Amino acid sequence: MQTVAKLIDTSLCIGCKACEVACQEWNDQEFTLGTFGGTYQTKPELEHNFWNLIKFNEYETAGQLSWLMMKYQCMHCQDAGCMKACPAPGAIVRLDNGTVDFNHDNCIGCGYCITGCPFDVPRLSPTTKKVYKCTLCSDRTAVGLEPACIKTCPTNCLTFGTRTDLLRKAEDRAVELQADGSTHAGVYNPQGVGGTNVIYVLKDASNPESYGLPKDPTIPWTVSLWKGPVKLLGSVIFLGGILGTFFHYIRFGPKLKEEHRDD
Amino acid sequence: MASLAATFGRGAMTNGWTDVANADVVLVMGGNPAENHPVGFRFVMEAKRKRKAKIVCVDPRFTRTAAVSDCYVPIRSGTDIAFLGGIIHYSLSKGLYQANYVRQHTNASFLINEGFGFDNGHFSGWDEAKKSYDKSTWQYELDANGHAKVDPTLEHPRSVFQLMKKHYSRYTPEKVAEICGCTAEEFTKAAAIICTAAAEDKSGTVLYALGWTQHSFAVQLIHTAAMVQLLMGNIGMPGGGVNAQRGHANIQGATDMGTWNTLPGYLKIPRTNMASLDDYLKANTPKALRPNSLNYWGNTPKFMTSLLKGYYGDNATKENGFGYQWIPKAGETENYGWGYMFERMLEGKIDGLISFGMNPVANGPNTTKMLAALSKLKWMIVAENFETETSAFWNAKKLAEKYYPATGDPSTIQTEVFLLPASCFAEKDGTFVNSSRWLQWKDAALDPPGDAKRDQEIIGQLFTRVRKLYEKEGGKAAEPLMNMQWNYATPLSPSLIEVAREVNGRDLTTGKQLNGFGELKDDGTTLCGNWIYSGSWTEAGNNMARRGQDDPTGLGLYPNYSWSWPANRRILYNRASSDADGKPWDETRAPLRYRNARWVGDTPDYKADAKPDAYGSFIMLPEGVAKFFAADLAEGPFPEHYEPVESPVENALHSSVNANPMAKIFHAPMDKLGTSKDFPYVGITYRLTEHFHYWTKNTKGSSELQTNFFVEIPDGLAKEKSIKNGDPVRISTARGHVDGPALVTKRFRGLQVGGKTVYQVGVPIHWGFVGRVKGPLINNLTASVYDPNSGTPEYKGFLVNLEKI
Repeated sequence: MQTVAKLIDTSLCIGCKACEVACQEWNDQEFTLGTFGGTYQTKPELEHNFWNLIKFNEYETAGQLSWLMMKYQCMHCQDAGCMKACPAPGAIVRLDNGTVDFNHDNCIGCGYCITGCPFDVPRLSPTTKKVYKCTLCSDRTAVGLEPACIKTCPTNCLTFGTRTDLLRKAEDRAVELQADGSTHAGVYNPQGVGGTNVIYVLKDASNPESYGLPKDPTIPWTVSLWKGPVKLLGSVIFLGGILGTFFHYIRFGPKLKEEHRDD
Repeated sequence: MASLAATFGRGAMTNGWTDVANADVVLVMGGNPAENHPVGFRFVMEAKRKRKAKIVCVDPRFTRTAAVSDCYVPIRSGTDIAFLGGIIHYSLSKGLYQANYVRQHTNASFLINEGFGFDNGHFSGWDEAKKSYDKSTWQYELDANGHAKVDPTLEHPRSVFQLMKKHYSRYTPEKVAEICGCTAEEFTKAAAIICTAAAEDKSGTVLYALGWTQHSFAVQLIHTAAMVQLLMGNIGMPGGGVNAQRGHANIQGATDMGTWNTLPGYLKIPRTNMASLDDYLKANTPKALRPNSLNYWGNTPKFMTSLLKGYYGDNATKENGFGYQWIPKAGETENYGWGYMFERMLEGKIDGLISFGMNPVANGPNTTKMLAALSKLKWMIVAENFETETSAFWNAKKLAEKYYPATGDPSTIQTEVFLLPASCFAEKDGTFVNSSRWLQWKDAALDPPGDAKRDQEIIGQLFTRVRKLYEKEGGKAAEPLMNMQWNYATPLSPSLIEVAREVNGRDLTTGKQLNGFGELKDDGTTLCGNWIYSGSWTEAGNNMARRGQDDPTGLGLYPNYSWSWPANRRILYNRASSDADGKPWDETRAPLRYRNARWVGDTPDYKADAKPDAYGSFIMLPEGVAKFFAADLAEGPFPEHYEPVESPVENALHSSVNANPMAKIFHAPMDKLGTSKDFPYVGITYRLTEHFHYWTKNTKGSSELQTNFFVEIPDGLAKEKSIKNGDPVRISTARGHVDGPALVTKRFRGLQVGGKTVYQVGVPIHWGFVGRVKGPLINNLTASVYDPNSGTPEYKGFLVNLEKI
């Protein structure tokens, strides 16, 4: 199955927030009232029950004011920090179409994925003690529908398709914008996380921070360590434990009345 | 709408949303479509992507529209005429206008009477004592046949063209900068882009909304935009036009079906000096002003007679003037617009009010006055989905005492209020008429909850019961009610199918549905509820329910999608898209082509089989051409820059005549006006994309997207006042105040006007004292000051003070 992706052409975003509402509606999220944060932004940041946020950034350079609006959500990284960090087997899974999805039955609420995410996306629910984020509407894509945000976008700023197609489309659009005078237009598909399944076209790709995107996101070294050498070490220790148990069994025999359970 | 009717002949968006994608230049001014019409805005973005259209955004604030524009120019609220007058001057002085178009399709060549002039703020004919104009010098010079004299060379000093050139010669880029507060460079950059549309093969569109209509000179302002578009040859062209974005799903429909001064289809309301139908028709059927004018309003007798047959059915006969005498008449010069209505209410001259889909306490200027006026009523019926500020007006003191301390205690208010639960849009069938003039039929998605009823049932029950009471007890002016035709199958809840068929009209001799208004007669043999909608429900069926997506012209006209008035025409004045010989100005973008002695493509706004040179191309005007010079408007035939009634500076063109001399200003004790000494800043009001008017504060999604009211403040002013983002502040005017947290932003720039920095502050509408989320009603701030032509209040550009609290 081909990897699917979402293309966000920021040059066409008008900050209408239709994607925010569509996300809330489709995912049956509870609507909450907000406190005033001093901007047009709905919330200061993503929340456990608010997975799709348009960031509004006022940005001034050389006396030229821009008001940059950009939809922010899970990036569905090719090399996903959250997956790397997660200690609970099966809690974070990669679907056949490349989507990084959470399986809440297996989530233990440790929050390691939050540390592991270079985009600061996953959020812990204080009530369920589990972590939530955009699922790329896996329940829609599974039956051939586009994600709800894409369905609702009025300006065609959002497109859904295969990652290969959208990367090409993004490159074409960047060239188009360059020809129109945005000399620094480009595609945001950061390689520090192996590329993302949410791809942006930015009018100024040299400065993704102005949109609220990290310039060179990478998985925190602690997480890489945790799933790299430490994991190996851990496996050694884990294996050691099993071996120890085995020899213990051989040496002392079974414990009486103990129930055997399948993993 | 009043302006577009005067300039072009019809009060409606000239083109349509889908057509915006054909534009090369998009001037967004007096509107903020990215925020308020985000779905329609897709066509702007399509023009930008596919045609490389340039978007010019002129607005006091750097809005979400400005954020995606190619050129943004900040201006002081209420200086739009100066800006657009500057564009006219720029275009004429540089020769950047479509000369052949101007010569052929406008009244540029018409000669004006001797004695017409403009001096120091007033046009000729001003009577200082009466504060009014004698318009005799504003008229065309006529020949012996009553036709206007013309000079096709446009060189006659009294030709409209030369007079226009002279009038706008004062609007230099420097003068524009001085008035508007932008720089001359910013202005000329925008002017250069706008004037690229002067080329015959380029089109520019103008998108506007309430940022233009809510001024004391609003109609003139829109006329200025229309003039710019005529100079550019943009009217009748795909990707052109002056496009009013209506602020409600069906506001175009509401206007089409009548206001206090129009009957359905923009027929004028009868007045007391028109005692008989003959008098009415004589007064309201225009005579052609040029030999080649089709003068379609010459058919007024057919429209009016058919409407009367619709109202009174068999009771309307030739002998009784088709029941004309039963229509209420307004006094000869009387005005019943919003301001006048509430003034009369305050004076105790109105007993009752039925408020349907309307929230006057929230909508009307000077909330305190609205509350006081309603408390003088004996009764009020409010039909609504939710409790509104209007239905709860009697409790304002308790619900928002901070703002209305002087409002009467509920025990002292005698108004009896009936709140009728009405169905919401998804619970009713019928039509929406959108900005593009499309009548879109819809079915009800669900039944109204609880006791809520559909509008037709509320009206049906009211009508039937009141008529029964009259039958039993008699009463004043019973005839209009007793003679009304109400022969619906279910009189208590008329089916909208029946109503829609009646609106389309039928031939009373055959009983067949009419195909269009061309079949209307003035002898009482046709019936039609609204002549401009004739063709919407023919023998072929309900054309409004069509959803065909074929696009034979490739211009996005979609002729089989819904039905567009008039006559399913998608681009108004489309005859003007070609020259005198019928050759399109732009071969790649021709909505109409003259082939084999017929016009094909869009429905022609012209006689379908007439030769290209047979008639003028603006068939609804007696001139047969569009008007630069429009004597119908109250304050002058050419728009002139006047300051808002409350302004921080003197008028830089004529300080002795600062504001519009014809603006309607009310002077009840609570109608106070402020000066810049006490109120040094300019206030503006606007909508946000997150909300719809005063309704969505009741809905979950919108309340989450924007829970809180706020006050938008320029960072320069915030620094001066030591206000930080989020600090509580108070905005006050001579009328009242609102409190809210500050949103400090660079997007509001201090402007250099008259040698000083003028700051503007903004408040979004949407909140009130009832609803899921609450906040102040911003009309606490606004004044009872109105445009003299349209009666729309000046909600933009008033004087305020700002304090940290």
